[in-house]
Amino acid sequence: MKENILIIGGGAAGMEAATQLQKLGQTPIIIEKSNALGGHVAQWDRLFPAFHPAKDVVEQMLANVKGVDVRMNTEVADIQRNENGFKAVLSDNTTIDAKAVVLATGFDLFNAERKQEYGYGIYNNVITSLELEKFFRTGKDERINNPKKIGFVHCVGARDVKVCNTYCSKVCCTTALKQACEMKEVFPDAEVYTFYMDLRMFGPGYEDLYLRTQKDFDVKCVRGRVCEVSEDMDGRLVIKAEDTLFGKPLKMTLDLLVLMCSMEKNKSIDAIQQKLGVANNSDGFMQIKDTYLGMNDTAKDGVFVAGTCTAPKSLPDTIAEARSVAVEVFNYINNR
Amino acid sequence: MDFGFCLSPSSHVKMDSVDLTTFNSLKETNPDINTCIACGSCTATCTAGNFTEMSFRRILLMLQRGKEEQAKKMIQKCMLCGKCTLVCPRGINIRKILLDITR
Repeated sequence: MKENILIIGGGAAGMEAATQLQKLGQTPIIIEKSNALGGHVAQWDRLFPAFHPAKDVVEQMLANVKGVDVRMNTEVADIQRNENGFKAVLSDNTTIDAKAVVLATGFDLFNAERKQEYGYGIYNNVITSLELEKFFRTGKDERINNPKKIGFVHCVGARDVKVCNTYCSKVCCTTALKQACEMKEVFPDAEVYTFYMDLRMFGPGYEDLYLRTQKDFDVKCVRGRVCEVSEDMDGRLVIKAEDTLFGKPLKMTLDLLVLMCSMEKNKSIDAIQQKLGVANNSDGFMQIKDTYLGMNDTAKDGVFVAGTCTAPKSLPDTIAEARSVAVEVFNYINNR
Repeated sequence: MDFGFCLSPSSHVKMDSVDLTTFNSLKETNPDINTCIACGSCTATCTAGNFTEMSFRRILLMLQRGKEEQAKKMIQKCMLCGKCTLVCPRGINIRKILLDITR
């Protein structure tokens, strides 16, 4: 049977799910709210652990998704379940009948202004991990003027009850080390420090990246959470943390501070999610049916999930999930 | 006869004989103390910690390693300003716990 599958979100998860479903003989339709496919990955310069250009991956995915019906600059305005599956009304007033829905709506980056003590939006030299990627891509950022001392703060908006995010955001540790190395490449004379609690190098090649960070790039990892940032008379940043391994409070003056922002669920899909009856878990991401064998299923028949809408994930994790959701949907359509 | 030699006492933390009475009773009223990730935010922001050895993170460890006297001595440096409680990413009510320990 050949059926329409509505895929909401044209990032890595949505594109890969569409690619695989097309190969399985189905008709995937991608609904993308922005004017381009690629999602967050398209905003990244290089990927951990091996500094692979993100552009290569995105271009490959774009080539794979060729022939798929993609609706750009479009959102799902309304969705109803009927006897044949689902009827979706799009923001351009067209309607789509689909047998199944795949939510691949991804994440939002944590708004760093919410951690006011880090001074983002207050001090000029505090930037986010995403803004640093943009600097790597374009070479342009007014705030980055040949810094001599650079700091990275881990877990911004993660593992922090004060912003109601108790979960670990999974990828920021490795991203911080990758970006620290890249800063040393751009500014070889700079001293680069990272402030971590635990360095969670969970994937293949990640621990090697950690080793290279210390050995080849001479990045200094300090174990302690930055608790406060202020500005001195010269407009440089003064940070406070405890060096927990040394057991003493520490003060340091920096020219640039990079905040490793966590992932939060993309909330722009909340209204549609509610209409589909998909609940959130305690972390505010979408609730999956089962941790081990139902990671693509929701409590609702015909509604599937893939990628970072259910939890923070790396790109390989996301692609693996997108491939598995294609199989799940295929089996669902064929009543297997 | 004294030859000037002696045995150095072991510097091990003797986990087999550590007295956890204080820590365990503290845990009953403040179960949060088990959630500390030793990030050091409390110490970094501590008003007293800038001038003394005061470190809540270490007080919790001392209580779990049989150094209760040391812990109680350290608490005397606390000025009860509560900044530690404001910054703790685990939401531990540090100020209250410090008061409970000395009670």
